[in-house]
Amino acid sequence: MKIVKIIAIVLLVAFVGIQFMPVERNQSDGVPKIDFMLVNDVPSDIKNKLKVSCYDCHSNNTKYPWYNKVQPVAWFLEGHIKEGKAELNFNEWDSLSSRRKVSKLRSIIKQIESGEMPMDSYTLIHKEAAFSEEEIQQVIKYMENLKDSL
Amino acid sequence: MKNLKMSIAAMLLLTLSFANGQEKEKMNHDHATMKMDHSKMMNMNSDAKAEAILNDYFNLKDALVADDTKKAAQEGSKLAASLKAFDASKYTAEEQKELADIIEDATEHAEHIAKSDIGHQREHFKTLSKDITDMVAITGTKNTLYQQFCPMYDKGSAWLSKSDEVRNPYYGSKMLKCGKVKETIN
Repeated sequence: MKIVKIIAIVLLVAFVGIQFMPVERNQSDGVPKIDFMLVNDVPSDIKNKLKVSCYDCHSNNTKYPWYNKVQPVAWFLEGHIKEGKAELNFNEWDSLSSRRKVSKLRSIIKQIESGEMPMDSYTLIHKEAAFSEEEIQQVIKYMENLKDSL
Repeated sequence: MKNLKMSIAAMLLLTLSFANGQEKEKMNHDHATMKMDHSKMMNMNSDAKAEAILNDYFNLKDALVADDTKKAAQEGSKLAASLKAFDASKYTAEEQKELADIIEDATEHAEHIAKSDIGHQREHFKTLSKDITDMVAITGTKNTLYQQFCPMYDKGSAWLSKSDEVRNPYYGSKMLKCGKVKETIN
């Protein structure tokens, strides 16, 4: 019983301790003119879905509700933001050539279709980011049309 | 003695017919070259770095045909390296721009292939194949290539092969011979 208590206390201290470690926040002012939403005519429901489900890791602006500020969630998020932005940054959409856009759209469609994005570990703590079956179809249809228009 | 004479005669005949055959082949070859248009002739000065890219691409394709994820991953990283080593400086400004775009896109796909499971590798291979086909349209190649097409995979997908025999990289052993030759390049 004593050992359990000690472990609990150590964990608690560690948990509190890591809250004070500095983190880099993915935040910037304003949205560049080359943003996906600004160069494409995106219907508002899709716009909303993408903002909520994708933009945290695929743009220069992450929304930080309280749980995203709590460690180790924030660390976990930081790593994924870095990786996510390297793959695709919606804020810089129009800097891509048509070839690159088609490539990215194809990947977006595949990732959403297969349920790989948004990541389970992310939707677990960020419930509203999850896609319903209907939303999947809706977003994919939009992305397909966009791809074919390029 | 008679035997010796016979064999000398036979040798002479052989040599003559051989030389004659070669001459004919050379003429055929010249003829073929003459038929080619000017731009193709320019492309005949094949680009060694583009050939290296193609070589890696074909190795990658063969690994996918063989359902070999690990090999495909290795070939993917080799391909990424050859793509990065590509030198477009001898091309026109417009071609350079196009090539830079192609190489950037292809590199990303090759890098993903290097770290994905077979399903993803095949997804990326589709776009990669388009990039490589577009690259060959600019750089040319010394070999005859066949663009093959499988109508089933992802609403229809193409790839390049050095052989006109169809071996499907999108399905591998599941549907090895699904597809057809769509176009002959060169």
